[in-house]
Amino acid sequence: MTSKSILNLGQKFSVLIVDDDKIIRRIHKVLLNKFGCQSHAVENGKEAVDLYVSGKHFDLILMDKEMPVMDGPKATQELRAMGVNNMIVGVTSRGLDSEKQAFTEAGLDYCVQKPLTSETITSLLQELAKKY
Amino acid sequence: MSNSSSRERNLHRQLANMKHSLFDQGYLDEQFIQLEELQDEENPNFVEEVVSLYYWDSVRLIQNIEQALEQNPIDFAKLDNHMHQFKGSSCSIGAKKLKKECTQFEKYCKTGNGEGCKRTFQQVKKEYATLKKKLERYFQFARQVGCVEKACRPK
Repeated sequence: MTSKSILNLGQKFSVLIVDDDKIIRRIHKVLLNKFGCQSHAVENGKEAVDLYVSGKHFDLILMDKEMPVMDGPKATQELRAMGVNNMIVGVTSRGLDSEKQAFTEAGLDYCVQKPLTSETITSLLQELAKKY
Repeated sequence: MSNSSSRERNLHRQLANMKHSLFDQGYLDEQFIQLEELQDEENPNFVEEVVSLYYWDSVRLIQNIEQALEQNPIDFAKLDNHMHQFKGSSCSIGAKKLKKECTQFEKYCKTGNGEGCKRTFQQVKKEYATLKKKLERYFQFARQVGCVEKACRPK
């Protein structure tokens, strides 16, 4: 496991986990906590959009693709249309490139396989650190 | 003291063998190890907690699939969606054999093969129940090992 000290971030990143699967929400919360991130979790895309409408902001959004009420691609489109420019990473268990491509075109920075691993988180946080 | 240490070592070895067996027989994959790596003083029972959450939450996912299979005609898009959710959850605890059966189910679903889906779902439920029993035994033994460790610790 890569520790946050190796990443040498010097900053607590805030992460919004958007996923209808409570097991994934739990795993990703604990994983991100290990990396010194502060995370908040919601169950669907609409809750994510509502948070931003209410004035909340996060350094990184981990956006699941398939969710009830509002799915990942729709939520991503809406957030980008609102002017949200933080990193949004699509998280999906669908393996087909065409499906990932469609999701990415909604406005993602990256699209990764779930569940996330510590290696994936390390790469993402390193990319995020470059922005600051 | 040395008897206690020796007993501890034996129990740890037995626990390790139980775990290796779950991997060797293909029940679990790398994701289970990822969960173990997240277990620490802050989350001392994380793996058991996540697995328990999975078995608690997946009851409704299985019911959704069963209900969808009973429809006539079957709505395969809905069925695929339900199985996708169940498979995703199963993958998150590293349930390898279960994931394989779910993938087979998805193939039948995509081709609109209702009988194939029904047949495969019986296998899915069988693997689901088998893994549950094996993990329950594993965690029960892990707790026993934990108790012995505490009892053997110098006061």
